[in-house]
Amino acid sequence: MADASPLTSERIRLSLEQWLEVEFTFLQVEDLSHTIAALSREEQNFLLGWVQRIATTNIQIAHQFARHAISSLALLDQRMIGAWALHAMDIYDRAGLRPAMKVIKELDTFIQYSHERSAGVLFEDVNGILLTFVHGLSGRRLKLEQNESVFTDSETLFLPAVVARMQKAEDNFALCKAMTALLWAQTRFGTFRADLIEALTAYPDSEKALKHFHTLETLRLESCISRELPGLFREMNRLRAELGEIKPLQNWQRYAHELARPDATVHDSLRLLADAYPGEVPPPACYQGELRPEAIAQCMAARIAREKILLRAKLAEMTQDLKQQQPDETEDRPSRFKVKQPNEEHAELNQLELILDDVPVAPPEDVRQLLTSIQLDLGSIPPDYLTPAGPGEYDTSLFEPKISDPDEVWQGTYHEEGATFYPEWDFGRQHYRKNWCVMREKDVTQVHDGFSLLTLQKHSGLVKHLRRTFEAMRDENRLLKREAGGDEVDIDALVEALADAYDGSEMSDRLFMRTHRSERNIAVIFMVDMSGSTKGWINDAEREALVLLCEALETLGDRYAIYGFSGTTRKRCELYRIKRIDEPYNDEVKARISGIRPQDYTRMGFAIRHLTRLLNEVQARTKLLITLSDGKPDDYNDGYRGEYGIEDTRKALQEAQRSGIHPFCITIDSEAQNYLPHMYGAVNYTVVDEVKKLPLKVTDIYRRLTHR
Amino acid sequence: MQARALTPEEYFVESEPYYESTGDEIAIFDAAYKNKLPVLLKGPTGCGKTRFMEYMAWRLKRPLITVSCHDDLTASDLVGRFLVKGGETVWVDGPLARSVRAGAICYLDEIVEARKDTMVVIHPLADDRRVLPMEKLGTLLEANNDFCLAISYNPGYQSVLKDLKQSTRQRFVALEFDYPAVELERKIVARESGVDATMAERLVKFAHMTRNLKGSGLEEGASTRLLVHAGKLIASGVDPVAACRSAIAQAITDDSEMLAAVQELSSSLF
Repeated sequence: MADASPLTSERIRLSLEQWLEVEFTFLQVEDLSHTIAALSREEQNFLLGWVQRIATTNIQIAHQFARHAISSLALLDQRMIGAWALHAMDIYDRAGLRPAMKVIKELDTFIQYSHERSAGVLFEDVNGILLTFVHGLSGRRLKLEQNESVFTDSETLFLPAVVARMQKAEDNFALCKAMTALLWAQTRFGTFRADLIEALTAYPDSEKALKHFHTLETLRLESCISRELPGLFREMNRLRAELGEIKPLQNWQRYAHELARPDATVHDSLRLLADAYPGEVPPPACYQGELRPEAIAQCMAARIAREKILLRAKLAEMTQDLKQQQPDETEDRPSRFKVKQPNEEHAELNQLELILDDVPVAPPEDVRQLLTSIQLDLGSIPPDYLTPAGPGEYDTSLFEPKISDPDEVWQGTYHEEGATFYPEWDFGRQHYRKNWCVMREKDVTQVHDGFSLLTLQKHSGLVKHLRRTFEAMRDENRLLKREAGGDEVDIDALVEALADAYDGSEMSDRLFMRTHRSERNIAVIFMVDMSGSTKGWINDAEREALVLLCEALETLGDRYAIYGFSGTTRKRCELYRIKRIDEPYNDEVKARISGIRPQDYTRMGFAIRHLTRLLNEVQARTKLLITLSDGKPDDYNDGYRGEYGIEDTRKALQEAQRSGIHPFCITIDSEAQNYLPHMYGAVNYTVVDEVKKLPLKVTDIYRRLTHR
Repeated sequence: MQARALTPEEYFVESEPYYESTGDEIAIFDAAYKNKLPVLLKGPTGCGKTRFMEYMAWRLKRPLITVSCHDDLTASDLVGRFLVKGGETVWVDGPLARSVRAGAICYLDEIVEARKDTMVVIHPLADDRRVLPMEKLGTLLEANNDFCLAISYNPGYQSVLKDLKQSTRQRFVALEFDYPAVELERKIVARESGVDATMAERLVKFAHMTRNLKGSGLEEGASTRLLVHAGKLIASGVDPVAACRSAIAQAITDDSEMLAAVQELSSSLF
């Protein structure tokens, strides 16, 4: 039983001195210990627990927290204080010490902010749903991003980090959805089909004109939404009513009426602007956001130029393809494309029909999207867009979305372009660090040196044995006898049954034979340690093991992938592709296995998390994640070693297990007994004591693992 | 009404099924049937392939024997097998053999799902030999003149394991099906489910929204069949948003985020 009497200030001081490393930091803890000593034991435990947890992240924050938390214990419940501490640490992770200290000091603002967090909706939580929502609506493929204010540049919709104007969370989500829909409506119903900058600068106060115009345009778009998405429109009205937003002023009702016509365009809004400009502008609707003509103009100019080129190039490609299919057509005549709009009042956007030389053709998805996007910008497809580009006229590679080479990203300054983020478990904090690991996939440099052939020769006896063993494990049709139903009569059983019957005993009804297909249906990813410590013979043994393993798995027919992992600090976590799950085992894969070289450190959490995600995309009954490793998780300079690394790896493995993956570890670290049972569980690892035996063992372990 | 028990070859489609032609598929099927060519129907699920087969069976006045293929369907399930009755073995024809004898239309739905050995059985039926080898009886069964083989296949599921082999597909006259054009789909939904024109229009619009999501999280958008289901619920007084949730959203995905997004789309629309 724990002692329930309060700790003495002396004991508190000793603890604080240890956690806050007073020896080096010279922080004053005397007064603090006295104040804490006056609290009840339960409060002391709570407070000191948090100080200890925060101290693992940053000592300064922990110190400040201790000082501020004492006074707030009376104001807030403990759950809120915990949330406050976590929030401060999140800010520290994202923005550094100074903003985090600000959070600690401005407890009051946090109390208000935490109201936003509890009732409001966070961008990161609704982002996924809203993005799918926007993609479901017709039109261009829009992106969603977080920003200070609500606006669009016509390709990306920007939404705030937190929406919390309403009391209830579901209303806040509805508000968020309304904002998204209104921005979408701007791109869909042609708000940008006029030169807004020119039109607005014609007024003496262009700021004011912009406000008026935006409000007029919002009226027009609202009526578009009311026709297109009546359910949402009702919701939008409800939100406004709940916020007590007043109905438009007298003459604005007239504008609204005029803009509600189905054929009203942005030009009608501009026309009415002249009339509305001198007057008062009504307060904006709660979902109105901002209109930024400059951002739009910039984005549009680039897009229009790009899409014209892309479309013409793609059409040229299409004609090429079609001609190849029908070589007897006359060659020289240039192809003429036309588009036909179904003559219907409210046709769906992507119903455009593409006609080549009077024959309708089905455009591929990318061309269809281009056509839609161009139509949104210009209202129709100009004829000169439909002339296929001549050979060499454009270099489209300039405009295709580029996948940046992970190595190139590192030339120059650090940034996070093209990377995937993974959280990491901080055991000291007992909480995840959000988006902590910056992960990139890279290809292993191929080395064509015949390594795999040499390995096969070296282990030729073993290879033969492996093939035999694994062939025996392959999918096959087994003939089940004495079944109650089946394809064929089991004569043996029938004879016996008839004999039984003449004998007077009971006749069995199990008289049939049935072929039963036993299906393995296993997908496995091998996660290979490529840290610097594998240099030398461990690396050789690993590569040999992989060659033999591939040989065996090819015989078996299981689906498998091989990835190497390494990295330096959380900002450079790298996964090396050796074989993707759907890639055949070919010379390139062999050359990549040969090209596996020791890299940097052993950060494991991100690798497990990423491979778990990949494995979860595969359809298989049994999924395995097998790690080949030579030691504990360990990374350079950011605390990823010892308990921290082990706990994060353990957490990542638990996540994998929860999603239905069986993790397993094969290691050559003779001290593995000390930490592997904790990470993988008592039975899910094997220590190979001799590196030399690794090639044989890995395959053998796999056989045991997956044998029925 | 009492349920009738029919043998497969007695199953004639008696009243004209509702079918809207989208192109020349009826004429092509007619011609193929006259020339004893087998037919392959391609297209996403729920776009009217089975309905088309019923319609053609009615039109040609032949019994329709449908086999829905599953991954445990073997050749003997199609051709037939021996059973033991009172100490004797008795041969029982499978649905394919029955159709061949009776001159019915045999429709193998989702053929790629079946085991590989079933393909071998249909090959000699699908070319000009038109015979069904019955290995276990040691006989060849010649097809009745009225017999017709039709199979369906959904190329949307792009899985290496579930692809139709060239040697199989090149024996068939292929008809491609897709979701009907907007106008027609509205008409079909209204007619089949009994909702009014505005509601049918909304449902079709909703289907297009989900079809926009194909490839970004959804394997398939909502099919015409699902629209009809939702329409029927609505016509019986279910709230449209609830009907779309049960009849469409839950049917096309299990992913909770996708469900929520589809749900937002339908609540915006109705």
